[in-house]
Amino acid sequence: MPSHHNKGEPLLMMTIQKYIRPASLEEAYTLNQVRANRLVGGMVWMKMSNRAVNTAIDLSGLGLDAIEENDREFRIGAMVTLRQLEQHPGFNAYTRGAAAASVQDIVGVQFRNLATVGGSIFSRFGFSDLLTFFLSLDCRVELYKAGTISLEEFAKAQPDRDILVRLVVKKVPGRFSYSAMRIARTDFPVLTCAVSRVGDEYRAVIGARPGRAMVVRDEEGLLAGGITPESAAAFGKYAARVVPAGSNSRGSAAYRTRLVSTLTRRGLEQLGRMK
Amino acid sequence: MELNFTLNGKPVTAQIAPDTLLIDLVRSLGCTSVKRGCDTANCGLCTLFLDDKPVLSCSLLAARVEGRTVTTLEGLQEEAAEFVGFIADQGADQCGFCNPGFVMNTIALLRENPDPTDDEIRAFLAGNLCRCSGYEGQLRGIRAFLDSRKK
Repeated sequence: MPSHHNKGEPLLMMTIQKYIRPASLEEAYTLNQVRANRLVGGMVWMKMSNRAVNTAIDLSGLGLDAIEENDREFRIGAMVTLRQLEQHPGFNAYTRGAAAASVQDIVGVQFRNLATVGGSIFSRFGFSDLLTFFLSLDCRVELYKAGTISLEEFAKAQPDRDILVRLVVKKVPGRFSYSAMRIARTDFPVLTCAVSRVGDEYRAVIGARPGRAMVVRDEEGLLAGGITPESAAAFGKYAARVVPAGSNSRGSAAYRTRLVSTLTRRGLEQLGRMK
Repeated sequence: MELNFTLNGKPVTAQIAPDTLLIDLVRSLGCTSVKRGCDTANCGLCTLFLDDKPVLSCSLLAARVEGRTVTTLEGLQEEAAEFVGFIADQGADQCGFCNPGFVMNTIALLRENPDPTDDEIRAFLAGNLCRCSGYEGQLRGIRAFLDSRKK
């Protein structure tokens, strides 16, 4: 039988010595304490990293590939794909389609059938549409050792060797919208913007600043009287003032700051039109 | 390590390395319709079906398909034959390198949504890059195929 090594070909920049599909989270956690080992999600981004991995730890044997829904919450396993999020009727009904809107321009269907929620959220990429969107929800992260913490707290922390098991989204009555500016469809976003009202709280979440997504709340009560063209514009300007933006090849800080204001205002206007 | 899976309807046993990518495995097994276009998970040329879902085989560890079903264009000739002529009639194929991945994802689209709008076609096929054309020929070809089915 032939052996299929990538001998000398510039195909896989990452090399892997051993592949294991653990039968329990405890086994996966123990393996993951070794620095040279790596958890693999969809592997679409990790494949392009230049590193020698001893053991690739694949969580796909642990039943974490389902979105469970009950009266109170959605439980989204770490191995759920972006495509599953996009197509889940209950989750999209609750989020007013914002779940699908947040992922639909990420590369292509084939990519979204591989990329996982756990991989995206754990990596805390600055460009993450997904992190931006989930921060606009009442969302907690269930970690194997550290337990359950808010996504906001998780997003600020540095990646460690714990395992993200699932996201838990509370069905707090709310309104949600999602938009992103892209130079071309399927490209990385120039800026991401999720706007929500969760219970009584308004949030604008801005990502691809190009730094990690951050939550802006209505600290000045600009929206206390509800969403009007004036209050939406004022909150957009407020967000632009408090969100630090930077420059990179996709856009300047000044351009991003304008986008923060405009996308936040439009997101609020969208919420205002929702029944 | 030993890998057992189903490829185009037939059981296959292969020896793989832990970091063998599925694209290299299926190509070595004769499925050369599966192309490597970008190697950065962006172009869609390496599209194949894993348990009937279109995925990028350039990003998938072969080890992950243990016990699962993989289908390439080699195994879907009849389904492809229904519409590829319509795309060729529009002169959409130029160098042709992107064609197999494009055809695979079109099959996936039509299985999921047999009567898509133009916007739904664009959205579903957005992850298939073609550097010769502007995609308009492919869109006209698929539209012509869909219209022919309604007659």
